Amino acid sequence: MDTQLRDQIPTFGAKQGADISLSGGLSSLSSGSNRTAFETLVIILVAVVIIGGAELLIALFEVPQYILPRPSLIAAALVSEWKFIWPHLLVTLYELLVGFTIGASIGFLLAAVITQFPFVEKIVTPYILLLVTTPMLALVPLLILRFGFGSEPRIIAVALASGPMVMINSATGFRRVDLAKIALARSFGASTLQIFTKIRIPMAMPMIIVGLMVGSIFGLLTTVGAEMVGGAEGLGNRLNYYSSMIRMPQFFAVITLLATIGISIYVFFFWVGKRWGSWDA
Amino acid sequence: MNASTDRESRNSTAGPKMTISGASKRYDTRSGTVHALDRVSLEVRDGEFLCILGPSGCGKSTLLWSMAGLHGLSSGEIRLGPSKIEAPHPEIAMIFQEANLLPWRNLESNIALPFELKRTKPDRARISRLLQRVGLAGFESKYPRELSGGMQQRASIVRGLAVDPSVLLMDEPFGALDAFTRDEMNLLIQEIWMETGKTIIFITHSIAEALFLADRIVVMSARPGRIQEIVEVDLPRPRPISVQSTPEFIARVNDIKDMIDHRKV
Ligand SMILES: Nc1ncnc2c1ncn2[C@@H]1O[C@H](COP(=O)(O)OP(=O)(O)O)[C@@H](O)[C@H]1O
Ligand SMILES: [Mg+2]
Repeated sequence: MDTQLRDQIPTFGAKQGADISLSGGLSSLSSGSNRTAFETLVIILVAVVIIGGAELLIALFEVPQYILPRPSLIAAALVSEWKFIWPHLLVTLYELLVGFTIGASIGFLLAAVITQFPFVEKIVTPYILLLVTTPMLALVPLLILRFGFGSEPRIIAVALASGPMVMINSATGFRRVDLAKIALARSFGASTLQIFTKIRIPMAMPMIIVGLMVGSIFGLLTTVGAEMVGGAEGLGNRLNYYSSMIRMPQFFAVITLLATIGISIYVFFFWVGKRWGSWDA
Repeated sequence: MNASTDRESRNSTAGPKMTISGASKRYDTRSGTVHALDRVSLEVRDGEFLCILGPSGCGKSTLLWSMAGLHGLSSGEIRLGPSKIEAPHPEIAMIFQEANLLPWRNLESNIALPFELKRTKPDRARISRLLQRVGLAGFESKYPRELSGGMQQRASIVRGLAVDPSVLLMDEPFGALDAFTRDEMNLLIQEIWMETGKTIIFITHSIAEALFLADRIVVMSARPGRIQEIVEVDLPRPRPISVQSTPEFIARVNDIKDMIDHRKV
């Protein structure tokens, strides 16, 4: 890597800067980030109107409960079933967290290493793309055959679903080398590791965070899907259970929980992005 | 501090600050070999303001990068005092074009970077004195994008000076600035040089800028990159910006221009 750098004098031109600052990244996510109190109020109002309207319309048209239960019934079910649901919530969160952590770590490290070797990167990238585009859910029955009905097959599926996402986005970030910044660090005697931690990682950070966000959402989808395919635990399993019993308020209570998890993930990474990844937005 | 005595005592220690002997560098590219530097030999005096002047592509950056220890030569050698430059040296700081601040760090933490890399504590007193000097006191928490081009470049000068190097290498540092800001920066760098007695090697492709700043101008020519001429500039200091519109100054600009044009024919 150093030998490659040594003979490249960057042109420091405006054009290079333009190439480097890939827009996209988090800037596309941060639209509407500076919400005013009024806008927040309107968003809440809209939610109230939608929920209240649904309540009203469902009652008015006497929609049967097994098709669409009233929001108030869903809320009531969430409260009354909570003691039965929350162990499954924990299982789902556990599988997601472990699977995502494993997948994201491997994806991140692979991206960091591979982008240093253009040749290796060219060879590996199509396979990573294959992993990104193949729905990992399809592997779950196979994984269950091998690992049984415990958490392992689902954790593996989550890692396989989120890892490549993190990897492909991080790699895009790491590819944004700015030779002038690396030269700057080297001129102050930086080691290869220091260049990595002080220049390359912060430089790639906006894309790394996008990768983590997309990867974790993918992970959530895969966790729930895998739980629906097989296993006796988790929110996905509860979806199967409640729908087979035609207990629709409880079914929708679980859906509400899943939506909440998804939104929380988004908000969390959005905040992380604003804090650590928005320098180029 | 008394600048003049500082510099006189330094000059009396004889011996060049940096010695470049027979420096050649070739780049092997797919389309062939580029002879960027061809047997360049030069002695940089201690405490002098040396400008390297030449058209784009004549090897100025290549030479400066070698002096900074950022890349090696194909042949020849560069020394700082007695020690051969083979890697970046703590006594040498480089100032880049377009400031080259890290956009994810605020000004204070940009200036702290060299200390972080050397795993030492930032010299707070020195840094705040320098910030004061260049008119950036109070801007420590600002991010680069919140600063004008001139302010960014002043910050990068502070970053370079903060580690107290004895040699400052500057690669067309003000090339991207507008004419007014550029004049301002030229005055500032002259003042800083007179106050600190650093050895400054300053690349430019502007004849007027070189004449305004330099004790000596090294005129380079391209393909292969060679030293064409070394011009002594004995204009009295401090030089005001207005010196650039005196007939004498303009005559010198034209002399150098002729020298470069002749070579082209
Ligand atoms: N990494 C490189 N690979 C190939 N050729 C290079 C490289 N860097 C510079 N050159 C060539 O070397 C010559 C001198 O470049 P440079 O030192 O950047 O000139 P200057 O700074 O005077 O504009 C130019 O012809 C340039 O194209
Ligand atoms: Mg150059």
